Amino acid sequence: MSIQDERERWDREVVQPVLAKQQERSGGDLQTSSGIPLERVFGPDNLDTGEGATAAGDATARDYMEKLGFPGEYPFTRGVQPTMYRGRHWTMRQYAGFGSATETNERFRYLLDAGQTGLSVAFDLPTQIGYDSDHSLCLGEVGKVGVAVDSLADMELLFNAIPLDQVSTSMTINAPAAILLAMYIVVAEKQGATRGALRGTIQNDILKEYIARGTFMFPPAPSMRLITNTFEFCTRELPKWNSISISGYHIREAGATAPQEVAFTLADAIAYVDAAVKAGLGVDAFAGRLSFFFSAGSDLLEEVAKFRAARRMWAAILRDRYGSRSAKSQAMRFHAQTSGAMLTAQQPDNNVVRVALHALAAVLGGAQSLHTNSRDEALSLPTEESVQIALRTQQIIALESGVANTVDPLGGSYAVEALTDEVERQAREYLAKIESDGGMVRAIENGFPQREIEDAAYRYQREIESKDRLVVGLNCHTRESSNACFDVMRHDPRVHDAQIERLKKVRAERDNAAVQRELNRLRQAANEDGADMMEPIIECVRQYGTLGEISQVLRDVFGEHRQHIGM
Amino acid sequence: MSQKNKIRILIAKPGLDGHDRGAKYVARALRDAGYEVIYTGIRQTPEAIVTIALQEDVQFVGLSLLSGAHNELFPRVVKLLREADAGDIVVFGGGIIPDYDIPGLKEAGVQAVFPPGTPISAVVEFIESCSVAGVSS
Repeated sequence: MSIQDERERWDREVVQPVLAKQQERSGGDLQTSSGIPLERVFGPDNLDTGEGATAAGDATARDYMEKLGFPGEYPFTRGVQPTMYRGRHWTMRQYAGFGSATETNERFRYLLDAGQTGLSVAFDLPTQIGYDSDHSLCLGEVGKVGVAVDSLADMELLFNAIPLDQVSTSMTINAPAAILLAMYIVVAEKQGATRGALRGTIQNDILKEYIARGTFMFPPAPSMRLITNTFEFCTRELPKWNSISISGYHIREAGATAPQEVAFTLADAIAYVDAAVKAGLGVDAFAGRLSFFFSAGSDLLEEVAKFRAARRMWAAILRDRYGSRSAKSQAMRFHAQTSGAMLTAQQPDNNVVRVALHALAAVLGGAQSLHTNSRDEALSLPTEESVQIALRTQQIIALESGVANTVDPLGGSYAVEALTDEVERQAREYLAKIESDGGMVRAIENGFPQREIEDAAYRYQREIESKDRLVVGLNCHTRESSNACFDVMRHDPRVHDAQIERLKKVRAERDNAAVQRELNRLRQAANEDGADMMEPIIECVRQYGTLGEISQVLRDVFGEHRQHIGM
Repeated sequence: MSQKNKIRILIAKPGLDGHDRGAKYVARALRDAGYEVIYTGIRQTPEAIVTIALQEDVQFVGLSLLSGAHNELFPRVVKLLREADAGDIVVFGGGIIPDYDIPGLKEAGVQAVFPPGTPISAVVEFIESCSVAGVSS
């Protein structure tokens, strides 16, 4: 075996079929700015070492194929697709949403006009926790961190004049993901689109809500049932939809280290696959629609290593633990968002530079889509100008930096390969411990990942306080009165009242008997273990049953989760 | 020196916001600084926070919020404390709080607001200064 032979085989079996469907940019003739040609992917065989096909070379080749291989095939360390960004750049997807559905619709259309290629919806907290905007617990929260959606009427405004069979839409929604997905489907159907044409993602990752993010509603067992339901439904009805985005992002943002981010995310993923397999789904029937979501932070080399280690581990888990035989299942596709926790409120313009570093890490790590944070996010929601700089940052990396012109450009770096191995080693240790303690759901109930993350966050912050860890503008190179040097976005207080008016109007104008009938059908389904809840939810939504009403039915049946407080 | 061993502080997360990294850090760092600290966990109503503050007999309530609902929720905690005859409990806050909101919060009775990046020593200084003032009055 030689790497050269393997490259020829890879080119024949993996690259050519992809090129037949999609040519590379510039017909594949990609060069450095000085005109030096760039290989599709560089490997050991591209270096002139003077070594022939010796026994040592043979062992090296085996080792290379086992740990790295070529992109688009097992173990996917170097990328999930053989041509990666030479074929098509990553999807530039800015997370947006605030105030009313109408305002957010305007921001979406602004972003699409500015060259963004996918939508990403931020919902406000009442929506994320399944409360209507007039619920007493929603004081001050309506329309704040995202758009308020109470019923189909809001969803219709949110996607007004955006053809849903032509965009891909990511929705950051977890506990009530099934309900928001149902609304999306009904809006699309009303536009004349078929279910099969819909492309997008629901986050739908409840386990990390218990660990780190906090927008849980029900206890773990019924939550896992709802998620399995959405897997079944998407497998059957929405073949182009990602039924979950298993998220390390919030775990990392809560203070986890890179190996913890990888380990806890994969442990969550294993719990979801276990649940779906137990419910009778074949692994290769749904695993290709599982997607992931990671943070991209400032430690560039470690971040690149992290993404590569996560891909390699997932491929092995699918193949060896679940017996997957599908490359599509084994390939870990992920969205990345630049780290919010690493931005500073002090000298906020410096955040533009940080975001560029974070974004570069995500691209060098092979992300499929990317959100770049705006410089003002440590102060408030971003202004339109700040969002544009963030999007331009991605465009500069894509079009000017050259890193998108050859696949996995840092592959083979001694530092990056050693770090990739080490992140994997530490993450495997965590996975083994979680497995021996009875799996991730139990670990979460016992507060294990929560404690590990809390400890890491505490150490991190202590290091900043003691200046063992330096952050420019924060604990070194500081200056007096350094924040708010530009306008920040201000929230319009009228949003709340207008939202509640619209909600009242919906409740007054709909067919209330039909709503009751469909809510009762849903209650019946929820009470029957193993019954599908997706179709009943879709019918509730179609009759303008509100998010709060539908959630309340499920709360009645499933009960509510209470947080585990470790301290 | 202060009566650190007697000072009790409630760190609370009002509203629906789940971002608790900052709140947990402040709770733990204040505990390490020698105070008695109780942490409520996320998603507490102002009513629940006031009940816990009274039950635990604290002198300080620190509120953390990153969702933007501070203008509604922080003053409400102050108001409920006053209504419960516990207006002497010092309320302070932190999180994503824009500069332009701070004067209004202070007017409503929130005695200090600590923006992102505040060193824990600044919080300790604040607590000590209030405690000294309280003892001498």
